Amino acid sequence: MFTNLNFSINEGEVLYLIGPNGSGKSTLLRLMAGLLNPVNGVLTWNDKDIRDDEGLFKSRIHYVGHQDSIKTALTVEENLRFWAEINSDIKEKSTVQEALEQFSLDNLSTLPARFLSAGQRKRLNLARICANWAPLWLLDEPSNSLDSDSVNTLTAAISTHQKKGGIVAIASHENLDVHSNSLDISMFTNFKIKSRDYDDW
Amino acid sequence: MIGKSVQVFFKLIQREILLAIRHGADSCMIVLFFVIVVVLFPLSVGPEPGILTRISAGIIWVSALLSVMLSMDRLFQSDYEDGGLDLLILASQPLELIVLAKTVAHWLTTGFPLIVISPLLALFLNMDTSGYSTLLIALALGTPTLSLVGAIGAALILGARRSGVLLSLLVLPLFIPILIFGVSAVDAALTNLSSKPQLLILGGLFLTGLVLCPWASAAALRQAAE
Repeated sequence: MFTNLNFSINEGEVLYLIGPNGSGKSTLLRLMAGLLNPVNGVLTWNDKDIRDDEGLFKSRIHYVGHQDSIKTALTVEENLRFWAEINSDIKEKSTVQEALEQFSLDNLSTLPARFLSAGQRKRLNLARICANWAPLWLLDEPSNSLDSDSVNTLTAAISTHQKKGGIVAIASHENLDVHSNSLDISMFTNFKIKSRDYDDW
Repeated sequence: MIGKSVQVFFKLIQREILLAIRHGADSCMIVLFFVIVVVLFPLSVGPEPGILTRISAGIIWVSALLSVMLSMDRLFQSDYEDGGLDLLILASQPLELIVLAKTVAHWLTTGFPLIVISPLLALFLNMDTSGYSTLLIALALGTPTLSLVGAIGAALILGARRSGVLLSLLVLPLFIPILIFGVSAVDAALTNLSSKPQLLILGGLFLTGLVLCPWASAAALRQAAE
């Protein structure tokens, strides 16, 4: 899908992935998360291949995809607390309550998640990445279905993360007001469909 | 690090059980399905106690197999649909451990209730009381293996159309050894022979499954996420 794609992000930087629909922004984020394997080439963290210690790499990232990964039978707080406990260090105190307040979900915390609107679900998913620390955030369309207040909250969260030395990679259509570099990946996209590959559809 | 793994393991089991309780009807339906399938046999082969006694162990095992099968397709499907599967793969703990935790929770919410209700069904089928204890032990050793093997199938069918039927085709043939030894253990006990060899084989199958199945399921899940 991509050829000759080569980039690096430093501490405290935000990288904007831009490109038209279907140019591979989401695919690149999934590659960066290690959910997809590159056919050729490597992803490195401080010059070390991420495949050398996958557990360590995974503990360094937070990924926000298109889906909100919310269990509708659990309450807002139960959903958030589960992921915070799975992802946090055994010593680290997770900040579930603060994350709920940050995304104005604290008054909904005991509500079963099936009653949430699309925007509230997105906020809950974003609160997840603020509930415990991971240096690299991979955000796929994080501002979809958010209202303007929530977009501001998200922008503030990204800026704070940046100041703490975190790294953020965002694929988005809307321009968030954060200090960032951008990478137009459509230049590297090399996507040919061979019709015979799809014969068995 | 190991402390964290253990913590994640139990957190996941706790969440799965909480979900099963909130969706209480799901587990109840599986148990009711088990009861109904067993009850169909006296209606179809006739209520003659001699025939029922002879085939009771087989009926209970086949019904248990079908019930476990029926509950299997939801094991990873909801995580796959809501995006939670990506996050479970991205958790810093090994995916094999996560799969094992989900399988244990699955057994606790489906296999275990089946074991609890099986003596009642054995009574319905006029099974000789000398077979009860062996039936319980055989089910206790066999149903966890069903969950472990079924988890591979449940991971493989993610994203497929008509997944329920496909799952049966994939998994039921693999259940056959458990069925054979499970039934013959009870038959041995009913004819006053030792059922130890069959139970040992069931135990061996369980241990083998415990070691191998989570790896296979985890590999299938990684494939599904790509």
